[in-house]
Amino acid sequence: MTLPFIDLQDVHKAYNVRRGVFRAGKLLHAVSGVSFSVPEGSTFGLVGESGSGKSTIARMVLGAEAATSGEVRVAGQNVTTLDRKQRFQLRRTLQPVLQDPYSSLNPRIRIAAIVDEPLRVHRIEHGQSLKARVAQLLEQVGLSAETMRRYPNELSGGQRQRVAIARAISINPRCLVLDEPVSALDVSIQAQILNLLKDLQARLRLTYLLISHDLAVVSYMSDQIGVLYLGQFMEIASREDIIANARHPYTQALMAAADSTIGEEVGRVGNAVQGEIPSPLSPPSGCPFHPRCPMAEARCRQEKPALRAFGPSHQVACHLAESTR
Amino acid sequence: MVTGVSDVLQVENLTTCVATRNGIITAVDNVSFRLSRGSTLGLVGESGSGKSMTCLSIQRLLPSNSVVAAGSIRFKGEDLLTKTPRQMEAIRGREIGMILQDPMTSLNPVFTVGQQVGEVFRYHKGTRPRDIRTKVLDVLKRVRIPAPAERYHSYPHQFSGGMRQRVSIAINIGNHPDLLIADEPTTALDVTVQLQILHLLREIQQESGMAIIFVTHDLNLVARFCDDVAVMYAGRIVEKGPVKTVFADPKHPYTRDLLSAIPRISKSRDRLRPIPGQPPVMTNLPKGCRFEPRCRLASERCRAAYPDWVEQKETGGGVACWETAVGAK
Repeated sequence: MTLPFIDLQDVHKAYNVRRGVFRAGKLLHAVSGVSFSVPEGSTFGLVGESGSGKSTIARMVLGAEAATSGEVRVAGQNVTTLDRKQRFQLRRTLQPVLQDPYSSLNPRIRIAAIVDEPLRVHRIEHGQSLKARVAQLLEQVGLSAETMRRYPNELSGGQRQRVAIARAISINPRCLVLDEPVSALDVSIQAQILNLLKDLQARLRLTYLLISHDLAVVSYMSDQIGVLYLGQFMEIASREDIIANARHPYTQALMAAADSTIGEEVGRVGNAVQGEIPSPLSPPSGCPFHPRCPMAEARCRQEKPALRAFGPSHQVACHLAESTR
Repeated sequence: MVTGVSDVLQVENLTTCVATRNGIITAVDNVSFRLSRGSTLGLVGESGSGKSMTCLSIQRLLPSNSVVAAGSIRFKGEDLLTKTPRQMEAIRGREIGMILQDPMTSLNPVFTVGQQVGEVFRYHKGTRPRDIRTKVLDVLKRVRIPAPAERYHSYPHQFSGGMRQRVSIAINIGNHPDLLIADEPTTALDVTVQLQILHLLREIQQESGMAIIFVTHDLNLVARFCDDVAVMYAGRIVEKGPVKTVFADPKHPYTRDLLSAIPRISKSRDRLRPIPGQPPVMTNLPKGCRFEPRCRLASERCRAAYPDWVEQKETGGGVACWETAVGAK
């Protein structure tokens, strides 16, 4: 059995938000009781809209943010209790790729220096072999070695994202945290990057934690999918179960939104999700989704549903999950 | 797309040039389309394909480095290009509305929502001050803002993204325009809210019969929201026609590839077929077809000359491709 590479157990993250000088701080629960694990070599997709806590989870996994409670384990180590040196070591196994390659690459330094920076920081390679390694990395992501002499502004969005991926894989990490890796790119370029990520995963046996608001992207890439809403999982299942068997009304709404049937009336009244995402500062009572849910009953307003199993790899947090299909 | 008296907008051979540091580029090149009352045209393309410049040309809101070099824009029978700036001002906000991607930047943060929605009545219709409030509340109700009387005195930052977009729709439909230009109106919104906004636009359209130009890069939304679609690539329309025909049987290789490059939710895990390469640099366009360097079907003829527009009689649509157009040899 493969050990989980990333493992979260009942993780909470709360921020103290001050509203005005004289008012006391209020707690914003960005993530409330999230548990999941990612087996080595697989892809776990976190899907959710703004305020769902998906980026907060990514930051906790990367060790950039400490969990308020619960355990975040990466490669068997508890990330929250690491000291500086151990955290530095952890970064060798875990690298981020961020959304916007326009703001995540320093415009003043050449591509070569962007790509080889992790190698220099971790003192893995230097001198002539460094240059050879950069050339090899650029070729691995589908860029010519000649690109290393250029600056980011000379490259298109897709090329920049390839550079960001080359930098991330430069130190042979075991896992990439991909935070909306294609949402800033044009549609014709998105598929190139998604396929590149799949090829690299197969070749380098990488583990992916993929974050996206786009269920179509997540379902194409992932083995396991977790659907987040206001910091909690609404549904967590294998890719197959989400696609064929989604039980949570929120998952179903996201799937309907990604649908492309021609002439299918947009936002049909009836099964359409009403209203907008509530502020995480004052979350609704009971099920966080109930104010927008087309099926909500009295019980949903009072009682928060726990995740319940519907098969070996399928959990749903909905009182009515038996009757949603 | 059949020509008729009901055409609200007829754009013929529109060509818009932009002066850039690297030379003059033709951002919109020979673009033609028609739009009839109550219909929706999806203008799709990637960044830099000229879709927003097309909309700005129609509104005569081009930045100072750009100019309409050729073509005509007939709105309700009159050529907008011959209007004086003052006449255009009267048309914009009254007969042509425009909603943009980010309502946070298109709304004024220091005025209340009531004041901003009221401005269009004051400015364009000379409504008496005491009647304005009733009209504002009425239009806020139409865009389904809950408790409009209480929200009248709120500022834009007190609204969520979706509600702000509703306010900006309210501002633009207050005077019952004949044409609404919606430039990526849902891109900044969460997916579940996107559909609500489109549903609202659809409702308003059914009541008022306004025509909509819907600019987007999201093909899923086009499939569900538009009657017709025009696909732009590097400044030109490469294919247009009714959504049903174009999506079911795309003729241009770019449209075909674009449709097969987007991930869909399906059981099959077939590899995506990305379009190789990237769009051309506008200052250095290929001599022939602009898609030729990325095209699977490209031949010598494609490199030599830009393909003729082949009209499809039945649908009023057409395609610009040497290889796949009906009747091409």
